[in-house]
Parts: sequence; C-alpha cells; structure tokens
Amino acid sequence: MTTTHDRAVGPDEASALTARKESSADKVFAGLSGTAATAILVTLAAVATFLLIEAWPAVTDSAGTLAARVEWISPERGESLIEIIGFLVFGTVLISTIALLIATPLSVGIALFISHYAPRKLAAGLGYLIDLLAAIPSVVYGLWGAIVLIPALQPFYQFLADTLGWIPLFAPGEDGTVSGTGRVALSAGIVLAIMVLPIITAVSREVFLQTPRLHEEAALAMGATRWEMIRIAVFPFGRSGVIGATMLGLGRALGETMAVYMILSPGLSYTLNVLQSGQHNTIASFIALQFPEANSSGVSALIAMGLALFIITLLVNMLARWVVSRRAEFSGAN
Amino acid sequence: MASQTTTTPFGQVSARRKAVNGAMTVLIYGAFALALIPLLWLSATVVSRGVDRFMVDGNGDEKFNLDFLNQSMRGIFGGMPEGGIAHAIAGTLSITLAATLISVPIGLLAAVYLVEYGKGTLKRAVTFLVDVMTGIPSIVAGLFAYAVFAVVVGPGTKLGIVGAVALSLLMIPVVVRATEEMLKLVPNELREASYALGVPKWLTILKVVIRTAAAGITTGVTLAIARVIGETAPLLIAVGVADSYNLNLFDGRMMTLPVYIVSEWRKGDQPCNNPEIACVPEITEYRAWAAALVLILIVMALNLVARLVSKYFSPKTGR
Repeated sequence: MTTTHDRAVGPDEASALTARKESSADKVFAGLSGTAATAILVTLAAVATFLLIEAWPAVTDSAGTLAARVEWISPERGESLIEIIGFLVFGTVLISTIALLIATPLSVGIALFISHYAPRKLAAGLGYLIDLLAAIPSVVYGLWGAIVLIPALQPFYQFLADTLGWIPLFAPGEDGTVSGTGRVALSAGIVLAIMVLPIITAVSREVFLQTPRLHEEAALAMGATRWEMIRIAVFPFGRSGVIGATMLGLGRALGETMAVYMILSPGLSYTLNVLQSGQHNTIASFIALQFPEANSSGVSALIAMGLALFIITLLVNMLARWVVSRRAEFSGAN
Repeated sequence: MASQTTTTPFGQVSARRKAVNGAMTVLIYGAFALALIPLLWLSATVVSRGVDRFMVDGNGDEKFNLDFLNQSMRGIFGGMPEGGIAHAIAGTLSITLAATLISVPIGLLAAVYLVEYGKGTLKRAVTFLVDVMTGIPSIVAGLFAYAVFAVVVGPGTKLGIVGAVALSLLMIPVVVRATEEMLKLVPNELREASYALGVPKWLTILKVVIRTAAAGITTGVTLAIARVIGETAPLLIAVGVADSYNLNLFDGRMMTLPVYIVSEWRKGDQPCNNPEIACVPEITEYRAWAAALVLILIVMALNLVARLVSKYFSPKTGR
C-alpha cells in the first residue's frame, strides 16, 4: 500500500487511512455476494447432477425393464431409448437448421438496415420493433402458427412439391401430395426462424455498429458504394460476431419446445422430406408430449433425453460465447 | 482513348456496381419489411380473435362481457360458453412472484460480486457460466426443478413452487446480466467520493452504487419477469394443470396462463348435440386466443413499464 515515492505509508497508518470500518458488516456483505456468485456455479452443477440422478435408472437399464414399462420404447421396432434419442437429435438438428438457414440472412439484412441503412433517428425505434418479436411468448407463436400460419402456407408447400419435388428435401408423399394439414418440419422451421430472428439481429447489430468509423470512411473515400463499403469494411469486422450470433440462435432453436409441439405432427424417422407430416420430432417437443402421461420409468427416460439436450445446448452456447468473446479481444474498436 | 478518360469523371461508378448496390439496398430494406410481416400479422390475429371470447355471454349469445377474466374452469366441460382465466392469472402471478423473489436477491448479489468484488478465476467462471446459463432450454429448467423435488420431496411432486424454481433458473442469468451492465455504468468517481468520506465499502455499494443504478436494475428485473411470464414448457412439466383456484404454492397443481392456452387449444372443437343447452363448439379456441391476448397484453405492459422506468427514473448523465 505505497502511495507515493517520497514516503511509504506504514502498515498501521495504511489501515487507518483505508478501511477503519473493514468491519464485520463489510465481511458479511462480501461473503453474501460471493456466495450468490458461487451459487450460480453450484446451480449449474446441480442441474447436471439432478438430471443425471433421475435419468440414471433409464440410462443404466440393461435388462429391458424400461422397454417393458414404457410403451413408446420398443427395441424390436428399432425404437430403444438410444435409437429414439438418435431420431430426435436428427429431427432437432434438421428443424433448427431450417430455422437458421431462413433466419440468418434475414437477420444480417435487418441488422445492416438498422446499423447502416435506416435514418439515424428512426434506427433505435425500428430496432425496438424487432425486439418485440422476442417478447412474444413461444406459446402464442405456437397457437398462431398452428391455427393461422400453417393453413396459409399449405398451398405454397403443394406448389413447392409440384415444382421442386425432384429435390429430395421437397419430395411429396407417394400419392404426389404434401401433408394436407401443413404440420410438417418446414412449418416448425419457419416459426422457429421468426423466433430466433430477434436474437441473431440484436447481436449482429451490436457488432456492426462497432465497426471502426475510419475503416468505413476509408472504404467510402476509395470510391466504394455503400454495399461495397459494407462488404470490405463491415463484414470482415463482424464475421465472427455474426457466427456467434447464429450459434446463440441455434442454442435457442434447439431448445424451443412449445412452437414445435403445437405445430409439428410428430414421428420418428431419418428422412429429409420436410414437406411430409409424421416424420420428425424434436427432443424438447417429445418430452413435452410424453411427460404428462409418463410413469416413473418413462419420466426417467425423458429426463435422460433432457440431459442429452442440456449437454448439446451447453456445448453450442459455450462455443458461441467463445467465438463472440474471441472477437472482442482482437478487435481494435474497444 | 484519351477522350474516353476525360469524359469519364473520376470516381464514376460502373453500371454493374451501381446495380449491385441498388439490389442490395432493396434486399436489405426488404429483409426488414419481411420481418415486420409476422409481427403485424400475429398481433392483428391475436387481437381480432382474442375478443371473440369476450363477445360470448353465459347463454351463448353475442354480448360483450368480462366474465372470462372473473371465472375459473371449475365445473366447465364440453362446449359450455363459460369458463375463464381467473385461476390461471392467479397462478401465473403467484408463481412468477415467487420466481422473482428467488432470482432477484441471488442475481443482484451475484452481479455486485462480479462488478465490485470479483477477481481472478471465479469472476471469469461466473461471467462465462451466466452467459451459458442464458442458453439453457426452458424445458430443461422444468426437468431440473422436477428432478430436484423428485429427489428431495418424492417422485411426481408437482407444485407451484417447483415451477417457481424452474422459472428462477431461467430468470437469474437475465437479472445478473442486466444488473451487471447497470452497475458498470456507475461512474467510479461516485465510489471514490464515498470512500473519501469514510463510508465503508458495503454501505457505498448499497447507498451509492445500487441507488444510482436502481432505475436500470428495475428495468432489467421487469424485462426478466416479462421474459419468464410467458414460459410454458417448464410449467407444463413442473406444475401441471388445474381447473380451479389454487394460491398455495406448496400444495397441489396450479394453472398458469401459458399452460391454459395450450390445454384449451388441445381440447379442440366441442360437440354440441343438445339444442336445449347453451353450447359454442369453438369455445375452446376462443378461450385460447383470449388467454393469448391477455398474456401478450401483460408482457407488453411489463415491457412498457420497463422502458418508462428507465426513461424517467434513471440519473441524467451528460450524454
């Protein structure tokens, strides 16, 4: 605790100067806040621990008691717990991928609109409009998707299958028609896209706004058009931020339950036909569907699935945060 | 060729580059317009269909009334034109309140730790894990709360408090992040001025730092509430469904507004066979939309309150 070069402060004097009241109250408060912070670490560990405890009977089941007690698990039909999880992971990834393929380009466009195109005075208000999309509860998206959006999209799906049916992705069913209800993977993907859009937009917007002014002005001074300026100054700077934002969106899409639950007609398969119903399901939606009627073994199996989902989203989120934070360290802007 | 260079003014943009620039401008404006479609479409639908239920009275006739807000679903079956969300609103409010009471102290203190005390590995670990925690799927939060109570209390425990624990798991990271941002905005000069007056650190934090950031923290907490109040999946798992009033978080299942929407929607159209009895086949869908309207209004009101608080109560900085 030396303050000046001239005179070192003695230990008694130092304590007198700084914290005469470094008293018990101070220690209690520091202890409390430290405890709260530690509690967050403990909570995250507890999530994994308790899920594991409850999932343990299903995970370690080898005698086939699980199949006997849970009706939707039947190894003879190729639907043992681990095989079901395989189907569900495939469905989850497929639907999330559809959502991201739709949402990412749109979000980047919207973020650019707010950061570089919209009039300055309006930009904040328009950004708030997009944020409102994130405020709408997922169950309302599900209701709207199931009752309003899907019937409107169904003719478009038929058109898609008629014209692009030769692509396996859009292949119609054997009778040449697509699902009459529209309760298909593509619908779930579209609604999820709307739901992750505000997240990707918000992060991308922040990154784009941090582009160093000088880079932009230099590009413009070289005669670049506005788009060229964005391509050579904004995008290289914001690339990893957009990647991170997309992965945050992925994390949200992977775990989204209600919209998928209400929109998708569930099924288990590895098919890529996103226009046929009864083919796919996601982990979260499967859990929500089966949980209310599950017996103790069923609950255990569903919690095992939840654990799988937890680990997947944890990894995706950690990777996303790492990508975003790496950008922050190397950028010259802050 | 020399004349060519003189007639082309320096810096003129070729037609191709101009076209690309124009096309991208159109695309970017289009992206924004496209994103507004679902927002407007959804809002218009929820409002127009949400009022249907309010236009049906107890006899199945068309007459505006607010019974929907006062009635529960007790003794309601089939296509009876009654039944409302009073119990669901009570459940949502009590569970969300409990979740807030759990999350805010932990979140606030953890943020204080991160900004005022934290250093080294623990601080980095907590910062990182709070970020990661924001990404926990809501259904996993529900499963976690269910698992905790299954281990501690007994299997199959479905109570309001289980839902509150699940929601607070989703809420804590949001509160920490928001509070942390606000505490960081408090200028160091204020802290130093307080220390210079001999005020101990804990009092400085309580009376100077937190008080300065109070408006921002309130905004953050309100937004966190707005975020979790619409959560469905964890409550479906941890709290279940109920048809009547239950305000006791520690006894029995409860109904919540989001879960009400799903359960009404799942019932589908009701058969109306007896012309003697008042019956509306689409009543379940009416109820789902009306509940969605109420839920959206609550969420939007919370968002509005949050913005107003931050607008009118935050300390005026020079910026």
